[in-house]
Amino acid sequence: MTSPPPAADGPTDWTAILARTGFIELDARARATALLDDGTARELCGPFDRIESPWLEPQGVVPQSDDGVIVVKGRLDGRPAVVIAIEQAFQGGGIGEVSGVKIAAALSLAARDSRDGTPTVAVLLLETGGVRLQEANLGLATVAEVCSALLELRALQPVIGVIAGTLGCFGGMSIAAGLCSTLIITAEGRLGLDGPQVIESEAGVAEFDASDHTLIWSIDGGAQRTRTGLADVLVLDDVTAMRSAVIEAMERGVPGEHRSRRIGELRARLEAVDPTDPPAPADLAAVWAHAVPREGDRP
Amino acid sequence: MQTLNFEFPADRPPPRRAHVGVVGSGDLEILMTPEPPGTARVRVRTSVDGFDTVWRTVLERFFARHRVAAAFELNDFGATPGVVTLRLRQAVEESRR
Repeated sequence: MTSPPPAADGPTDWTAILARTGFIELDARARATALLDDGTARELCGPFDRIESPWLEPQGVVPQSDDGVIVVKGRLDGRPAVVIAIEQAFQGGGIGEVSGVKIAAALSLAARDSRDGTPTVAVLLLETGGVRLQEANLGLATVAEVCSALLELRALQPVIGVIAGTLGCFGGMSIAAGLCSTLIITAEGRLGLDGPQVIESEAGVAEFDASDHTLIWSIDGGAQRTRTGLADVLVLDDVTAMRSAVIEAMERGVPGEHRSRRIGELRARLEAVDPTDPPAPADLAAVWAHAVPREGDRP
Repeated sequence: MQTLNFEFPADRPPPRRAHVGVVGSGDLEILMTPEPPGTARVRVRTSVDGFDTVWRTVLERFFARHRVAAAFELNDFGATPGVVTLRLRQAVEESRR
């Protein structure tokens, strides 16, 4: 069964919710496997390779044998693919040196395979709060490597980002999300550079109230991010719907121009917003629809 | 964080290795690798200090019932005794699949 996408503002479709198999309720390994064709999944750098973070134990934090990133190769609708899944239950999906390098290496190898005649699509399951604070600088460095490898691969094959859960995708990894060829999100998913609590602690509760869930989802939520063009596809949190959306994104191929290259358009959007009198979240899509790049700022 | 090591008599190696669980709040990850009959070796890394006796009791009970000859690596993030026992049983079950 393929579930219909949820209406952006419409009533909740309970029958669809009851009939679904929640994608985000699976752990990261099961999510990666569920997207791939049956029987084709093969994990790289798995738990028994014991490539865990060397930085956590000295700081009194229990490490995980796969450092919270699961890399699974297999086939997606018959085509070679690699799925990279972040486990949000471990350290809030925080990226450290090892987990970041696993992502970057998997993307680089997919690019190498694509150049060598085996076009390999990548799917990133981005449930993450960003860089892990215990590995701050190393984590930041690996996020740069992830972005660089992503840019290398997306020129050759689609890189599909998925944000499925309420944890969302924040911090450095939200930059990687912004670079994806297609970004798929659920209504429960969130996307932002700084998370609500970071904004509140830095700029005060008047700037952003991190306890106001309606406010948070009206800005960072999947429906708003799709409506305003910062994400591409809004799907129901359902295994079948998610797999269909990923396959459709793969079939669309490499976009003519990636979102992150449309600088003029993004600049016009920034200029259309008056910071002293910002538009209400519900009006933002309309404001941005009228934001036209200036002469000379068009590709 | 605390690291604990235990050994228990065990005479039945599991058919194959198994991995279950996650190092998330109230949960733990277990890596089980078969060893020759004789002992079950358990290394526990836990985020909660001072529960040595509870760990010994929980593990003693488990290995009295399941004499699994294997090396167990437990990465614990505050799992309760019930969750620890369930995860251990799940690891044994997984290895039979």
